[in-house]
Parts: sequence; C-alpha cells; structure tokens
Amino acid sequence: MTPSTMSAFFALVRRDLMLSYRHRNELLNPLLFFLIVVTLFPLGVSPEKTLLQTMAPGVIWVAALLAVMLSLDSLFKDDYDDGTLEQMMLSPHPTSLLVLAKIISHWLVTGLPIILLAPLLGIFMYLPAEGIITLMLTLLLGTPVLSLIGAIGMALTLGLNRGGMLLSLLVLPLYIPVLIFSANAVDASLAGLAVRGQMYFLGALLVLSITLAPLATAAALKISVE
Amino acid sequence: MTEPVAGLHIQSISCTRGYRDLFTDLDFSLGEGQVLRVEGRNGSGKTSLLRIMAGLAQPLHGEVLWNGRKILHPENDYLQNLLFIGHRHGIKMELSPVENLCMAKALHGSRSENGIEEALYQVGLYGFEEIPCGNLSAGQKRRVALAQLFLTQAKCWILDEPYTSLDVAAVAMLEKLFDDHVANGGMLVITSHQPVTLDADQQFRLNLPDTRVEALT
Repeated sequence: MTPSTMSAFFALVRRDLMLSYRHRNELLNPLLFFLIVVTLFPLGVSPEKTLLQTMAPGVIWVAALLAVMLSLDSLFKDDYDDGTLEQMMLSPHPTSLLVLAKIISHWLVTGLPIILLAPLLGIFMYLPAEGIITLMLTLLLGTPVLSLIGAIGMALTLGLNRGGMLLSLLVLPLYIPVLIFSANAVDASLAGLAVRGQMYFLGALLVLSITLAPLATAAALKISVE
Repeated sequence: MTEPVAGLHIQSISCTRGYRDLFTDLDFSLGEGQVLRVEGRNGSGKTSLLRIMAGLAQPLHGEVLWNGRKILHPENDYLQNLLFIGHRHGIKMELSPVENLCMAKALHGSRSENGIEEALYQVGLYGFEEIPCGNLSAGQKRRVALAQLFLTQAKCWILDEPYTSLDVAAVAMLEKLFDDHVANGGMLVITSHQPVTLDADQQFRLNLPDTRVEALT
C-alpha cells in the first residue's frame, strides 16, 4: 500500500465515523433494537434461571445478527445517492481497499457497541462469567464477518428501489454458519467444554471474508453504479 | 505495434438505454488543449456518454482509450488524470466544505500545492468553510464541488452541466479557469444548456444523437 493509498484509507474511515457521529440518532437504532429484543425475552417467555441460561447464547446472537442487518442500509446508500460513491470508484486507489475502510468504520459503530453491550445482556440472561467471555469472543470474531458479508449484499441491491427483502434473502444464508458456530461455542463453554474448534472456524470465516468480501463488494458496486 | 497516441480516444462506441439506441458508432479523439462540447436535447445521451468516458459505465460496443490503452487498464494513469463532476456532485451534506474537499483530495491522491482555503476563496465561499454543506444554497453546493478544479492536477476534466444553478459571476470565473486549463495543455469535456464561451483554439462540438463532431472556429 502506497502512502497516498494509506492516507485515503484513513481519511475515509475518519469521514465515515464523523458522518455517523453527526447522525448519532440513527446510530442508536440497531443498538436499541439489540437491547430491546434481548430484554423482552425474560418478560415474554419466562424469568426462570435455567431456561434463560439455555436460551441466552441463541437469543443474544440472533438479536445481534438482526441488529447488524438493520444497520447495513446506511453502508452505501447515502454515498450512492449523493454521488460520493461515484467519486470513490473514480479514485486511483483500489476500490476494494476503500470499501474495506467503509466496512471497518461500519463495524466500529455497530459491531463494537454490540460487543460492549453483550456482557450486560449476558447478566440479564443469567450467563455465568465464562459464558460471557466466550460470548464476547464469538462476537469479536463474528460481527466483522456480518459487516463484511452484509456489504456484499448491500452493494448488490444498491440500485434497486426496494432491496431490503432481497438483501435479507441474499445475506441471511451466509450469516447462518456464523450463528451456528457462535451460539454453539457459548453453549459448549456453559457445559465446561473446550471451544477452540468453534473459535478456529469463526477465525477462518473472518479471514476468508476479510480477504474476499471487499473484492466482491467492489465488483458489485461497479455494477450498481452503472 | 503502433506508437500509443496521447489523449482520450473514443472508438466507435454505441450506447443504449432500455431498448432505445442513444447513439451508435461515435468516434472521437481528444488531445491536449482541446475542448469537446457535448450538446443535445434532454435524454439524448449526454450524461451517458460522459459516464462512459469516465469509465463509470460500459458502452454497448466500442472502447474508450487513454494514451492507447483501455482507460481502466491497470498500467494506465487515467484515473490519476481524470476529474469527473456529475449531476450528483459528490458532496456530503453533513460535512463542511473544508471537510468535503479534504476527502476529495485524499481520494484522488492530489499532490496539488493549492490549499483548500485558497480553493474555497477562489470559488467565492470565503467565510463558509465550516458551515455544513446542507445549509448552503444550491449554487454554493455546486461551487464546493467545483472547488475541486482548483485542487486537482488532473489533465482531463469531464464536467456534466457544471453551470447548473450558478450565477453569472461564477460562470465567468469557471470559463476563465477552463481557458487557463486548456491553455496549459488540459482537456475538457463539457455539457451545458447554457452558452459556453471559451477562448480555446481547438473546440469541437458534438450534437447528439448526431455523431458527427464538428470543429468550432
């Protein structure tokens, strides 16, 4: 990476963070959604400790996954509408790197707060300490994958007027492996088992998506901008 | 192998929109110090042509070459030499003019010595540096986008309706800037519904959907 590409990369991360800060109300929506869904479960199902503990990994992960999906909309839509996306494609720097910069700032404002909220929700659901630690680790490995895969789906449905439905259809099947391994890892840690296997899988998914998703997203954006 | 020819070459491109042919077999070369004015009624394909020239869209047939190679060829320096300002000006409404131009400069890897403040002063936005662009008038927003022209070292400027919502003084300022750019060996492709009066010696006019390019004297 040349110095000027590096500076473009960081300028874009910074700009997107600044934009999210100026739209902080919209930023709160997915997080509130995450919080509300999980807190409603004890009220709706049962406040019983053992039941909540068994449900906790799945419930928290499903809520996190849907919260990330809700937030995807903002990823390229505004840039597409005001023409900044076009300027991004016309930059001499590789589009895939610029896309990665956007995804990173998206993760910083959605994935990261979700990880920070998770211990609180874990306590709501009677998760013991080792369960909470595993939960946070799975979220740390898993939420970037959600942002990366979501970016591909978002880029593909960008030009469509009502791409929301299609986006979920495209993206959800790809989210499922992350959900399965993550929830399973938290379950296993509750039973006192080793979770290394699941973590390796999540790590592999992260490496795979961080290398391939920006390329796929850049290609999809190229089609959408046309 | 033939010696690559400097400049932008459009080789028999055709473009369709839906099932309608906008233009077919358009051939043109734009060299240093030349201006191409693209005219035509609404919907005649001016914007489509400009987007094809910028590499944002693909023509149905034909190719666009820069210095003898396809514009998006990895070894080509077309993107370093291109400045495209379209209908959507690529300005973030939440950011101030300075923040917007910082981003534009970083994205295009501009090594220009001109400062952003200087550019904003040139386009008459002195005193508006820190105001979010969303609070500026339509003409001022366009001026923010056009301030990029003072920051760039790109040789080839492709501008889609740059005069929209600008006042008389701003148009005069732009025309002077265009004249300087072309006199320094730059290239300019411009569409406009308003009259364009440039001093450049080599001006060409394309009136779509007619694909004949005529020289203006």
